[in-house]
Amino acid sequence: MTQMTEFRSPQGEPPVEPQLAGSPVRAGDRIFRTLTAGSSVFLLVIIAGIAVFLFSRTVPALQADSVNFFTERTWFPDSAPSVFGIAALAWGTLLSSLLALLLALPVGIGVALFIAHYAPRRLATGLGYLIDLLAAVPSVVFGLWGRDFLVPNMVGISSFLAENFGWIPFFATPNSETYTQTMFNAGVVLAVMILPIISAVCREVFLQVPQGHIEAAMALGATRWETMRMAVLPFGRSGMISSAMLGLGRALGETVAVALILSTSYGISLHILEPGGNTFAANIALQYSFAQDTGIDALIASGMVLFVITLLVNMAARWIIARRAAFSGAN
Amino acid sequence: MALLQADSSRTRANATSLASRTLPRGTVPGLGIAACGLAALLFSVAPFGGFAGYVVFSGLLFLVAQTATSFAVEGRRHAVDRFASSLVHTTFLIALLPLLSVVWKVLAQGSDQVNGNFLTHSMRNVGVSDAGGGIYHSMVGTLLQGLITSLISIPLALLVAVYLVEYGTGKLARSVTFFVDVMTGIPSIVAGLFIYTVWVLTFGFERSGFAAALALTILMVPTVVRSTEEMLKLVPNELREAAYALGVPKWRTILRIVIPTALPGIITGIMLGIARVIGETAPLLLLLGGTDSINFNALDGPQSALPLFIYDQAGRPNPEAIDRAWGAALALILIVMILNLVARSVARLTRVR
Repeated sequence: MTQMTEFRSPQGEPPVEPQLAGSPVRAGDRIFRTLTAGSSVFLLVIIAGIAVFLFSRTVPALQADSVNFFTERTWFPDSAPSVFGIAALAWGTLLSSLLALLLALPVGIGVALFIAHYAPRRLATGLGYLIDLLAAVPSVVFGLWGRDFLVPNMVGISSFLAENFGWIPFFATPNSETYTQTMFNAGVVLAVMILPIISAVCREVFLQVPQGHIEAAMALGATRWETMRMAVLPFGRSGMISSAMLGLGRALGETVAVALILSTSYGISLHILEPGGNTFAANIALQYSFAQDTGIDALIASGMVLFVITLLVNMAARWIIARRAAFSGAN
Repeated sequence: MALLQADSSRTRANATSLASRTLPRGTVPGLGIAACGLAALLFSVAPFGGFAGYVVFSGLLFLVAQTATSFAVEGRRHAVDRFASSLVHTTFLIALLPLLSVVWKVLAQGSDQVNGNFLTHSMRNVGVSDAGGGIYHSMVGTLLQGLITSLISIPLALLVAVYLVEYGTGKLARSVTFFVDVMTGIPSIVAGLFIYTVWVLTFGFERSGFAAALALTILMVPTVVRSTEEMLKLVPNELREAAYALGVPKWRTILRIVIPTALPGIITGIMLGIARVIGETAPLLLLLGGTDSINFNALDGPQSALPLFIYDQAGRPNPEAIDRAWGAALALILIVMILNLVARSVARLTRVR
C-alpha cells in the first residue's frame, strides 16, 4: 500500500489535473466515497443503536422491579409486584461457559498444533476444513443432538465422576442422580460448539511463527515437543488467550442449544452434575413465549446485561490480537 | 522441517555412537496392538463394559506403555516428546468425534423422514400428535429470509469493505474495523432482541419474515465485511495503478477492476455468511411468529423457518414431532453443508493469484 499513497492526495481524490478530469468523474468519485463511508458509519450507528434501544427498555424494567435486579435469583416479572433478577442467570451463564472453555481450550490448542505443525502438509488444509465444518452445524442441531444423543450417553461418565469424585463439591450429587439437564451437559455441548473458533484462531497464530524460530530450536537438537514449547507456544500465547476469549464470548451468548438441554430453574449451585441452572440467552428463549409487557422488558434488560458482557469480552480479545499484530513485525 | 526429521531418524536408526538410542522400528505399532489386546483380555475377564470404555482404556494403556518404553530406551526428553505427540494426535481425534457423531446421528434419524411428501407438504391441519406433515412451509420461509438477508447485507457489507480497503484511513476506518470484529461476537439472541425492540415495540409492526431477516442481517454483515476485506487486500496494487495510469477514475477502477478480480473470494465469503445465518434460531424465536401454513409473503404475517421448526418440534413430547425435527435437521444441515462445500470449492478453483 505504500506505493499507492503517491497517487493519492490526502483527501483520497484522484491525482489528476482539475482541467483534465471532467466534473462527472470527480462527482462519481465523491458519490462513491460518500456511499462507502456512509455505510461504514451506518454500521457504527447500528452498534450504538443496539445499546440505546436495549437500554431504553431496560430502564422501565428496572423501575418495575420490586427487588434488586442484580442479587435476586427468581424470575416472576409479570406477577404483582414484579420480582426478577439476574443472579442465577449470571451464575449459570458463567459456570457453563467457563466449563465449556475449560474443556475446549486444551483440545482446541491441540488441534491447532496438530494442523499447523504435526499433520502432513498435504493433508493439513483438508483437515482444517473438516474442523471448520463443525462450525457450520447449526446450533439447534447441536441442541437436538446434545439432548437426544449426547446427554443419554453421558450418564455413564457423569455417574462415574459422581461416584468416584463426589468428595469434590463440583461433582457431588446430594439431591438428584438422573444426570440429565445438568450444567455439565450444557458445558460439554458448548465446548463442542466453541471448539472450531478456538482452533481456527490458534491455528492462524501457530502458522505465523517465523520459520527461523522453529529451525533454530531444531538446530539446537530440540525434539518436536521442545520446539513447540520453546518456539511455537510462546509466540502464540496472545493468540491462545484471545481465542479463549472469543470462544468464551460465543459460549456466553449461545441460546437454543442450551435452552434445549437445560430446564427452567433458577438455583445457584456448585453441583454441575445435578439438574438445574439457566443462562441469560436460554432464559430469554424459554420465557419469551410466556412473557407479557413487564416480562418482555425484563428479558430485554437481561439481554442488555448479556450484550455488555459479550461486548467487553470480545473487545478485550480483539484488543489483545491487535496489540500482537502491532508487535509481530519485530519478530 | 520434515526433511530434517527424516534425516535425523535415519542416522539414529544406524545407531552409531554419536546418535542417541532410539526405539526400533515397529515398536510403537507393536505396543499399540499389545495395548488393545491386553485391554480386550481385561474387558472379557473383569466386569468392565462398553465400547467407549474399551477404546479409552486401551488408549491409556498404549500411552503408558509407549512412554515407559521410550523413557527406558531413549531417555526422558524423547519420552516426553512421544507423549506430547500422542496427546496432540488424540485431541484431533477427539475433535472429530462430535462432527462424525452429529452427521451420523442426523443421517440415521433423518433419512427415514425425508421423502417427497415431507419436502412438499406443510404442517397445516396436521394434528399435534399425528405423524406426517412436512417442512415445505419452513423451507419457503428459510429461503425467503435468506434471500432478503442477502439482498440487504451484501451491498452494505461490500460498501463497508471497499471503504476499509480503498478509502479508509484514520480514526473512522480504525474504529469500523474494530467494531466489525466486535460485531461478529454479538450473540444472535441480542441481535434478535434489538430488532424486536425497534421493529415490534417501537414501530409497532407485526412479527414477520422481514423482521427476522433484519436481525439476520446484523449477524451476516460483519462476517461478509471481514472476508471481503481480506479478498480486496489480495488484489495486486499494480492493477489499480495501471487503471489510474489510463485515466480511469478511482470509483470505476474499484467497480471494474478491483471487485471483479476479487470476485471468487468475495462470493465464497458471502456463501459462508449465508450458511451461517440461515442456521440461526435465536432471533427467529423472537421475530418470526411461526406458523404451520405456507406464507410466501415475508412482509405480512408470521412465517416459519427450518431452524425454528426444528426447535419447535423438538420441544414437543410426542415421538412423531421429534422425528420431524430430525428430518428437518437433515434438510437444514444438507443445505448448510452444500453451501459450505460449494463456497470452498469456488475459492479453490478460482483463486486470486
